[in-house]
Amino acid sequence: MKITKELILHIAELSHLKLKEDEIEKFQIELNQILEYVDNLNEIDTSSIEPLSHPLPIVNVFREDRVEKSITREEALKNAPEATDEFFKVPKVI
Amino acid sequence: MRFEAVIGLEIHAQLLTESKLFCGCSTKFGNPPNTNICPVCMGHPGVLPILNKKAVEFTIRMGLATSCTINKYSIFARKNYFYPDLPKGYQISQYELPLCSNGYLEIEHQNQRKKIRINRIHLEEDAGKSIHDQGNFTLLDFNRCGVPLIEIVTAPDIQTPEEAGIFLSEIRQIVKYLGICDGNMEEGSLRCDANVSIREAGSNILGTKTEVKNMNSIKNVVDALKYEIERQIEIVSSGGRIIQQTLLWNADKQIIEPMRTKEESHDYRYFPEPDLPIVEVNEEWLNVIRENLPELPSIRKERMKSQYNIPDYDIEILTTEKEFADYFEETAKFTDDYKSISNWFMTEILKILNEQKISIKEFPIKPEYLGELIKLINNQTISGKIAKEVFNEMLVEPGSPSEIIKEKNLIQISDEKIIEEIVQKVIESNQKQVQQYLEGKDKVFAHFVGQVMRETKGKANPSLVNKILKEKLDNLRK
Ligand SMILES: [Zn+2]
Repeated sequence: MKITKELILHIAELSHLKLKEDEIEKFQIELNQILEYVDNLNEIDTSSIEPLSHPLPIVNVFREDRVEKSITREEALKNAPEATDEFFKVPKVI
Repeated sequence: MRFEAVIGLEIHAQLLTESKLFCGCSTKFGNPPNTNICPVCMGHPGVLPILNKKAVEFTIRMGLATSCTINKYSIFARKNYFYPDLPKGYQISQYELPLCSNGYLEIEHQNQRKKIRINRIHLEEDAGKSIHDQGNFTLLDFNRCGVPLIEIVTAPDIQTPEEAGIFLSEIRQIVKYLGICDGNMEEGSLRCDANVSIREAGSNILGTKTEVKNMNSIKNVVDALKYEIERQIEIVSSGGRIIQQTLLWNADKQIIEPMRTKEESHDYRYFPEPDLPIVEVNEEWLNVIRENLPELPSIRKERMKSQYNIPDYDIEILTTEKEFADYFEETAKFTDDYKSISNWFMTEILKILNEQKISIKEFPIKPEYLGELIKLINNQTISGKIAKEVFNEMLVEPGSPSEIIKEKNLIQISDEKIIEEIVQKVIESNQKQVQQYLEGKDKVFAHFVGQVMRETKGKANPSLVNKILKEKLDNLRK
């Protein structure tokens, strides 16, 4: 797979990132290098190996359905760039 | 050209767990904004989600109830999209390997049974709530963020709005019977989106589909689908093309509108959630869930039919809501006159639920007291008419029927001597009517009954009154 300029712009749009012209070029080169590196794996025959969905050989890590104390609203809103007394506040989305 | 519609549904049901899917925050509805949140559901860096076991079990219950395959291994995935109601920038959902797949539900429509295939049932987290139209801002409440939902995805097997409505009400009934969702569509704990397309009748080519959202009642689903199918037929018939888009049902105006949103390209870039290990549902665990599966509507109907020996029609009504059946069966612990319970329920209780727009859970008369009331009628302590009075009294004042009867002095007069005295008195003071009766006007008999009832404030045993009156008057005729 080849990373084109269009693909970089598409990913940037999905991530709501504004990239400068030189950044677009830089990421295009870097992402292509990463994919080329990963392509090396294609040299190995994996047809008899189950796809791996988690790096650790563990299953069923659960919590019981119990309510635990949450942080206060004040604490939760503290780190937000903008907030009212009750809500997080973001630029208008519609 | 004749057209047919092709409809698939995506139903989201909010699970009745106490805590969220991946953290210990409460799922309680209606708490003040942003009070049920923590670093996990807010997506702070460095936190780890841990899966709520009960949510997994609830999902499997639904899978079992709809004949799904319960997959031995299932995994979670990140669905990536950028929207402020999703603080992590992705929703944890299931993509490959959902918990349940390939099930079906049989519905009955116009006396025909039809199988609607269910492609998958997966578990995912809900997003937060955005409040728009706040000047230049959007406000966010993350209380709902991370609340467990199951998504039920059907195959495009539904052909009419009516079928969609029946399917949805069956699903609603099942989730309520299973105790996994309260089924409240108005509050959004059960939501339904539909994919709709049309094609030439009999064809097997699928047309371009639209997605219809915002239908928060079963009636809305039926109305919106009717509207959308008509709209598509009109476009195609006049040579136009259907545009693939998301539409919102506006129930006030009874029209469909394009969703008001910024142009977004949908590219979710799903990948396995690295923070959550694989879920393995082994035979042993599955058996425990199966054994503890609450009684499903169809099974409960059959059991109640054989247990209570009341007409099928009654059973149908009594099982439309799980809470109806619960109320009936709870009452049946206090009296074995099952038909009377059913009669009271179908006439008086349903009437009050409708009039006062309340649910049976809010109905003020305890099953125990309804049972007692029926017993008091059957052992002739009170008449049916007085019982109605006691019933109305219980609606406004909590208390047992026996207490109310004692307090209001409503016990039925079944002493023949007392009734005879009153009957005698009534006959003596209504000589004009006696004359009419003797002349053969049987109709005036009712007048005498009414007079006796008035004298006793309705407390006289009606069958005794009838009997004694008849004896006395007929004696006069001789
Ligand atoms: Zn939380």
